[in-house]
Amino acid sequence: MLKVTNLHASVGEKEILRGINLEVKAGEVHAIMGPNGSGKSTLASVLAGNEKFTVTAGEVTFEGKNLLEMSIEDRARMGLFLGFQYPVEIPGVTMANFMKMAVAEQRKFRGEEPLSTSEFLRLMREKSAVVELDSKLTSRAVNEGFSGGEKKKNEIFQMAMLDPKLAILDETDSGLDIDALRIVATGVTKLHTSENATVVITHYQRLLDYIVPDYVHVLYKGRIIHSGDKSLALKLEKEGYDWLINDHKE
Amino acid sequence: MKEKDTDIIEQLDNSEYKYGFTSEIETEYIRRGLDEGVVRLISQKKGEPEWLLELRLKAFRHWQTMPMPTWAHLNIPEIDFQDIIYYAAPKKQQPKSGTIDDIDPELKRTFDKLGIPLEEQLALSGVAVDAVMDSTSVKTTFKEVLAEKGIIFCSMSEAVRDYPELVRKYLGSVVSYADNFYSALNTAVFSDGSFCYIPKGVRCPMELSTYFRINAAGTGQFERTLIVADEGAYVSYLEGCTAPRRDENQLHAAVVEIVVLRDAEVKYSTVQNWYPGDKEGKGGIYNFVTKRGVCHENARLSWTQVETGSAITWKYPSCVLMGDNSVGEFYSVAMTNNFQQADTGTKMIHIGRNTRSRIVSKGISAGRSENSYRGMVKVAKGADNARNYSQCDSLLIGDKCGAHTFPVIDSLNASAVLEHEATTSKISEEQLFYCNQRGLSTEDAVGLIVNGYAKEVLNKLPMEFAVEAQKLLAISLEGSVG
Repeated sequence: MLKVTNLHASVGEKEILRGINLEVKAGEVHAIMGPNGSGKSTLASVLAGNEKFTVTAGEVTFEGKNLLEMSIEDRARMGLFLGFQYPVEIPGVTMANFMKMAVAEQRKFRGEEPLSTSEFLRLMREKSAVVELDSKLTSRAVNEGFSGGEKKKNEIFQMAMLDPKLAILDETDSGLDIDALRIVATGVTKLHTSENATVVITHYQRLLDYIVPDYVHVLYKGRIIHSGDKSLALKLEKEGYDWLINDHKE
Repeated sequence: MKEKDTDIIEQLDNSEYKYGFTSEIETEYIRRGLDEGVVRLISQKKGEPEWLLELRLKAFRHWQTMPMPTWAHLNIPEIDFQDIIYYAAPKKQQPKSGTIDDIDPELKRTFDKLGIPLEEQLALSGVAVDAVMDSTSVKTTFKEVLAEKGIIFCSMSEAVRDYPELVRKYLGSVVSYADNFYSALNTAVFSDGSFCYIPKGVRCPMELSTYFRINAAGTGQFERTLIVADEGAYVSYLEGCTAPRRDENQLHAAVVEIVVLRDAEVKYSTVQNWYPGDKEGKGGIYNFVTKRGVCHENARLSWTQVETGSAITWKYPSCVLMGDNSVGEFYSVAMTNNFQQADTGTKMIHIGRNTRSRIVSKGISAGRSENSYRGMVKVAKGADNARNYSQCDSLLIGDKCGAHTFPVIDSLNASAVLEHEATTSKISEEQLFYCNQRGLSTEDAVGLIVNGYAKEVLNKLPMEFAVEAQKLLAISLEGSVG
């Protein structure tokens, strides 16, 4: 589904990704861990197409297409979803209206008819249940005045609405209390099928108790320095990153 | 992301004005220029009574002594007032009580193109329309239905003829000819406009609407609107404006007067979409408008305006809160793009006790435009417990435009409570990225964010107008719709 080969990316003069190689297949869950500043969020942003970063080398294919040539919105319409670490507020624009446009764009891209209002409302009700999102939130402005937990639930709600092929969740667990973490993580698990894939970026193994990864990668200084299975996350939780990064210090 | 900003600005620059067509309508003009003879000619064409001619002449003589005002934050090119045709009217006028069939078919097509249904059966939407093309009123719909309730809704010319005592009593009572340069000019040469009277205790059952259209080249449009809501009456009034795309600048100087008597309420909504000029700043309407209302005891006047058109906008719909407990409101979205300039805002003049006013102004500047909010809140000595809340926000798109605010507060009463809030913001790269990531194009995202920003004001518009205004904001920004 996603194949990243030798990806390099910079912001200004500063190179942040320095040769990422990663392959994600349908049905898989990947976790990306690593110390602060290792480039995890940058990787997510670059895959989504954030123009703050310049790709200087490498290739990325998504569903057989050259991802790097596509606009941000076409990547999204094709089924790449980014769950934001810091979801932005859009004053005056209701969630319902926002999602209506997003769903309509996606359907148009796929050559499907737009949903009728009642179909859309039904879809919203059904999907907000996935993350136990208070249905009142959908009539409020996008993320405006949402609590930290509501914002993260709202990201997963949007993921449910858009039913992506590949979801990249950037520290979706940060700032969540135990209950909210369970709800958000369970929501993600419910959405996982053999047809789609999930990449979770996280600092904490506790998220992975719910979202069980097939692979765990450690990102350090813009490279994946180690990959393993779920047990790697447990080991990192116990021992930290030192044993891995000692070999990579410059 | 810099590139993206540039892209957006380019997209904005490509915006198309969809009302820019010209209609082939036989038009009657008078000679170019302005002198007493022209004023007399206009009055004569309209078959006016002596008192009105006298008023026009007084205004004209006064106007000649006045300099053009220069205090606004506008760069106004010299206007040659002798190079304007002050009266133009579509020929082939229908008989006074004519049906739709009497209207020049081309004229009808024009209004159809504009989406203004003159057919009464089409007006099931429940809006009574007065359509003003160039200098004269073309057709007023629903007159009979309104007449049953005693509501008068007709062109100003008809009002002068049929209800002279009402017109004489109120015309110029709110905006005197001596008020300012443009009100003097308007009083001297106004050709038509709408008149509306709602009798005591009557709630007008439908929205009343005037649609202004400038068609003829080389002309100015000077319409005059007078609305009187008698004691306890209610009316919601809408005004829309468009003009063809032309390389020349055309002058529009209107006066709107509103009298809101005891316990009455008037809502006045405007969607102003005069031709704004092209992306190099060539052509476009110069829009110099004086709008003011007087509120008597317990009366309420609410101005809502969406200003997207005109090369230059100079406009300050105001409320004189004369009666105790009266309320004035001003809700405004002013959007400027390319080389447009707008200097707009309001005056709230608190005279009565316990008077309240509320100002919500949302400016949006894009391209190389300049957008100013100018507001005055005045509290007279006797206005005990006056209250005002003002909020003026500016949104900038791109980095070549300007947003300015000039609020003035002048209070002579210590019991007054006046609040003022102001913000300036830009559409952030994060917001655009977020929208893009959900599959929205940047154009759609900008339209969505702008509409969200303006929502508080758009919500004040009647439903059909709100939808129109939303589209208009998006179109004026995006340029995707021609």
